[in-house]
Amino acid sequence: MEIFMQSLVSGLLIGGLYAIIGIGMTLIMGVLKIINLAHGQIMMVGMYITWTLWYFLGIDPYLSIIITVPIVFYLGDGISRFLLHPLIEKDSILPENQVLMTVGIGMVLVELARFIFTSDYRSVQTSYNAKSVYIAGISLNYPLIIAFFAAIVLTGGMFFVLMKTDLGRSIRATAQDSDAATLMGISSKRITILTYSIGSALVATAGIFLLPIYYLYPDFGPAFTVKAFVITILGGLGSTVGAIAGGIVLGIAETFGATYISMGYRDAVGLVIFLLVLVFLPGGLKRFTKI
Amino acid sequence: MLKIEKMNMSYGDLQVLWDISFHVNDGEIVVLVGANGAGKSSILKTISGLQAVSSGNVEFDGIDLTKIPPSEIIKSGVVHVPEARRLFNEMSVEENLIMGSLHGEAKLKRNETIEKCYDLFPRLRERKKQLAGTLSGGEQQMAAVARGLMSLPKVLMLDEPSLGLAPVLVKDIFDIIKSIRQQGITVLLVEQNVQSTLIFCDRAYVLENGRITLEGTGEELLNNEHVRSAYLGI
Repeated sequence: MEIFMQSLVSGLLIGGLYAIIGIGMTLIMGVLKIINLAHGQIMMVGMYITWTLWYFLGIDPYLSIIITVPIVFYLGDGISRFLLHPLIEKDSILPENQVLMTVGIGMVLVELARFIFTSDYRSVQTSYNAKSVYIAGISLNYPLIIAFFAAIVLTGGMFFVLMKTDLGRSIRATAQDSDAATLMGISSKRITILTYSIGSALVATAGIFLLPIYYLYPDFGPAFTVKAFVITILGGLGSTVGAIAGGIVLGIAETFGATYISMGYRDAVGLVIFLLVLVFLPGGLKRFTKI
Repeated sequence: MLKIEKMNMSYGDLQVLWDISFHVNDGEIVVLVGANGAGKSSILKTISGLQAVSSGNVEFDGIDLTKIPPSEIIKSGVVHVPEARRLFNEMSVEENLIMGSLHGEAKLKRNETIEKCYDLFPRLRERKKQLAGTLSGGEQQMAAVARGLMSLPKVLMLDEPSLGLAPVLVKDIFDIIKSIRQQGITVLLVEQNVQSTLIFCDRAYVLENGRITLEGTGEELLNNEHVRSAYLGI
């Protein structure tokens, strides 16, 4: 029973971060109508920036949010402004080709990381890395707890922006009907670029909180792109609430898989769930939520 | 004054508008009538910038609308209420109205204008928290018109507001259009409901195959032989 509770809680905690990754992906999918297959790679870039700041300058990974996130935001801005938006503008170019473009961007980012940092495993060592608190026999790792609360704050913040501000409404409006949004005076180019940047910044933030938990290496990116994709499908394409549910479900499923099946099959569990959802619940968890 | 001069527009290789010229004076209700595929909606889309002109001018109060990005046109005071309403279905009625007031003065007066819209359409006040996609056709049309009014337009372009509505609602919508004009808003209306619109409009243009073939006051067109046989079935 203790092992069960331990797995459940760990899964829930990590699921919070997965939710953030999924929200970024969902936003991009909603507005740009493409699957961003460079999502995990962008997170990896953010993680390497954070690692570099910690390794060479001794900046605490959590503190580096104020440096890393803006850098990745503008990386996202550049990618969408110069690489993706020109393709969206041309009617003759099918959306499939923008997806291919994100694949290419992802590859370039991975190989650049390999070129600069080599394929070695990196990790940050902080005073709180290995510390845990024990509640009712369940050990809770500090970085996981911090990550979970950060995820709650970020998700809450994103919801506030999306539901209560003109900017958020403009993003939702563009996702629902971009021509009608244009008639309302919303520049779809601006929203497209901004959404990609926000999605990138979100996933980079998730990456920063993952850094004290995972080892970092260039191929870390593609693995998380797949996870982000699974979360989005689980949640039902384009649904923000669904992405949160999807993230948590994936987090819990993975830890259960790791506990009860084998550590090595951790990722496989997520993919099996992914297949089951596609077959038995094609709309994802969206059918239980409204947004 | 909204003035369109020798406007041509094509979807790819297919030219759908040929040398369209017309104008709408301040405070008028002007109607574009014509059969399906005559190019009525295309004219509105071109004015509001959703389609680029291939040649010609669209001028409003001295501003050349073809030179500014489509998302800026609403700021000049020309607002397009598109065909089939095009509400944001997964947003509430109130949020849809808010979307009409993202800029300038409209944004400052948002709460005030929302109340005015609710006074004009009491049904929307009852349903303000409801998702727009769940409204009935008539309510959706009211929401679409209200969303257009939220931007405090000088010219309101309405694309087939009577489409798919029961006759009694059609009359309501037309009454509302008249009251909108009384507030000093110019109306450019696209309609297939030829007879009832010609009765209350100031002037009308008849479109056939992407060309303007007739123009005149509503009364003149109602008495025109061609209009009577082709559109009124008399």
